[in-house]
Amino acid sequence: MAKQINVALIGNPNTGKTSVFNQLTGLNQKVGNYPGITVEKKEGICKLPRGLKAHILDLPGTYSLNASSLDENVVIELLLNKSDKDYPDVAVVVSDVENLKRNLLLFTQIKDLGIPTILVINMADRMERKGISLDVDLLEERLNTKVVLVSARKNTGIDELKEAIINYRHISDEPCVNASVIAPEYFDRLRKAFPKQSLYKLWLVITQDVNFGNINRKEITNSDHFDTKSHTELKKLQHKETILRYQFINGVLKETMKVDASSAKDLRSRLDRILTHKVWGYTIFFGILLLIFQAIYSWSSYPMDLIDETFAFLSEWTKTTLPAGAFTNLIAEGIIPGLGGIVIFIPQIAFLFFFISILEETGYMSRVVFLMDRIMRKFGLSGKSVVPLVSGTACAIPAVMATRNIESWKERLITILVVPFTTCSARLPVYLIIIALVIPDRAVWGFNLQGLTLMLLYLLGFGVAIGSAWILNLILNIKNRSHFVIEMPNYKLPMGKNIAINVVEKTKSFVFGAGKIILAISIILWVLASYGPGDNFNNASEIVSEQYDEQSNITEDELDEEIASFKLKNSYIGIMGRGIEPVVAPLGYDWKIGIAIISSFAAREVFVGTLATIYSVGSDEEETIKNRMAAEINPILGGPLFTFASGVSLLLFYAFAMQCMSTLAIVKKETNTWKWPVLQLVVMTLFAYFVALAAFQLLK
Amino acid sequence: MKRTLADLKRGERGIIKEFSEENIPLKLLEMGCLPGNEVEMLQMAPFRDPMYLNINGSHLAIRREIALLIEIDLISLHG
Ligand SMILES: Nc1nc2c(ncn2[C@@H]2O[C@H](COP(=O)(O)OP(=O)(O)O)[C@@H](O)[C@H]2O)c(=O)[nH]1
Ligand SMILES: [Mg+2]
Repeated sequence: MAKQINVALIGNPNTGKTSVFNQLTGLNQKVGNYPGITVEKKEGICKLPRGLKAHILDLPGTYSLNASSLDENVVIELLLNKSDKDYPDVAVVVSDVENLKRNLLLFTQIKDLGIPTILVINMADRMERKGISLDVDLLEERLNTKVVLVSARKNTGIDELKEAIINYRHISDEPCVNASVIAPEYFDRLRKAFPKQSLYKLWLVITQDVNFGNINRKEITNSDHFDTKSHTELKKLQHKETILRYQFINGVLKETMKVDASSAKDLRSRLDRILTHKVWGYTIFFGILLLIFQAIYSWSSYPMDLIDETFAFLSEWTKTTLPAGAFTNLIAEGIIPGLGGIVIFIPQIAFLFFFISILEETGYMSRVVFLMDRIMRKFGLSGKSVVPLVSGTACAIPAVMATRNIESWKERLITILVVPFTTCSARLPVYLIIIALVIPDRAVWGFNLQGLTLMLLYLLGFGVAIGSAWILNLILNIKNRSHFVIEMPNYKLPMGKNIAINVVEKTKSFVFGAGKIILAISIILWVLASYGPGDNFNNASEIVSEQYDEQSNITEDELDEEIASFKLKNSYIGIMGRGIEPVVAPLGYDWKIGIAIISSFAAREVFVGTLATIYSVGSDEEETIKNRMAAEINPILGGPLFTFASGVSLLLFYAFAMQCMSTLAIVKKETNTWKWPVLQLVVMTLFAYFVALAAFQLLK
Repeated sequence: MKRTLADLKRGERGIIKEFSEENIPLKLLEMGCLPGNEVEMLQMAPFRDPMYLNINGSHLAIRREIALLIEIDLISLHG
């Protein structure tokens, strides 16, 4: 059997690499990470004619082989390492017909590495509108390679590209620019010192700060056949090289490309005048944020309710159908709700990525960066951090995933670390019930105090997120070499296929990446809450029934509730909750709240339900639970447990503590290490503890 | 008077002068910001930072601190 042809798709950002990749592979693709780093790795299989197959790699966008970010390092490391299993048999450089001049810079570099290189000129459908005509045959001759005109959008030229891939052996691997003329003497000595190596490869090894498979940088620079050049000298030479390449490209394009500017219709400048305007630009962006927020906050609640009901039904059904026993309980109360806890996030993730894909596809996201850069830069964030921060107000899980399109790793990491401070919707039920308990329902200067408190909590979450970003920016020691040079791509109608594939990919990566951890932790939590040591737990029903023996006026239901409450108190979680009472007492809480806080780790909104079980009110009616909470007595201080002081303390604790295992799981997935989620857990929870402590001690 | 990219007003154009400035990122050169090429100021964010330019056909946004390093000759609109 013939071996698969290894193909690498390379090109500037926004030239349509991913669109071409999607056309070649369809859903036959998988997304992972490059080992040890968090750059997304997209690969897929493409069926070629005559029963052949190609392995396609969609490399991160890069402007040249002079790497200035992690993403770009990936490209050059692959191209310099012949022993890499993904080392391409043939490179496909994807270019945009409207930016051909700039795109060809990268093409000439790759060709000079001696790799057979096909040039795809994409977006051919736009040539007419832009008045561009090309002499493809002459271009092939001048560049000494195969050139394919493609429109990924109209799906034209793809078959020709497949044919070119099959015939890659016929493509010349001769270089097209002789880079050594920028410093002939220097390159001469280099050639003499390492006669077996490709000259341009050596040059790249000397100028780049990346890891190489088999060429050792030290070996070259320490060699005494020539004096090492200083950093400044090297940079000068790189300038010279760039100019040389552009001279070559300009010469080629002069002969082969004609642009009739008069027939070009410019939608871009008209749209930009509005969308990047000092007033309208921000107004429109704000409106779009509002729309996204509305979608993940309120539209997704319908499918989420449906998921909730379906899993509750499944759980009930399993319980009644399977024979009663520990195993059935594990499935019905542990595993099914655990799975439900994963699936429940899908609507929000899908909605958010639907919108983000549209923003990216249309080219609008770059305008967002332009508008927000100055403000966000002060806090060590990127202009693109705005979208995750705002969507974090609905849920931190999709928000953390949405940081993927932030190029600078430092800015992305800071965004991931601070997003969980924003007030997600799971905090809302907790806030509402506590506010109703301890904040008077009164108007001051026309504002309802309860509403005002809620708003303050939202602002507080956002403020702390921004503030901690500022601190992290000062203390995180990560080299940030990427310069702020943002390309503003042309506006385009989004491609449905790209959006659909993106939404499916993101959802899959959540379910199979973070899902495992979420399922595992929710089963552990369930076991801790459903089992307990000793007689108290095991004989709960007898003990409780005995207590109520004489009082005959207790109904069956009330008795069941009392038993459930007694069981929870004596379960492992109950014991842990009572164990931490000394720790939480200074915050104004009792052991019951302690239990509720521990169970909140599954999801914050569990707080209310857990208290309902402990108080054995057996009803989800908020009024009932609220009245019962109001009647609680503080075990140490006497008087009501939920006072203004303890209420505020609890609100602050929920505002700042990292209590969401799903967020931790997705942060682990996105950062590829446990270091950052553990840091979040420890720092946020300690911070929450001390703020709550201070609040209670000052207010009581 | 020394004129830089940062001095351009919206809609104004200029020609990039010879430069040897160390701090100009290579990336900018690779995107077409080379001596002799034409630039046009398209849009400025509040406080004139960042700036949105058309450099030799490439549409780019760069920060003011970098724009200040690139000297230009203004193309006069009135002849
Ligand atoms: N008109 C047109 N637009 C395209 C074509 N191919 C891709 N696009 C659009 O170009 C933009 C960038 O595409 P993408 O595949 O994400 O580029 P990448 O950054 O190189 O992966 C998207 O808005 C695509 O919809 C094409 O052949 N014609
Ligand atoms: Mg892409």
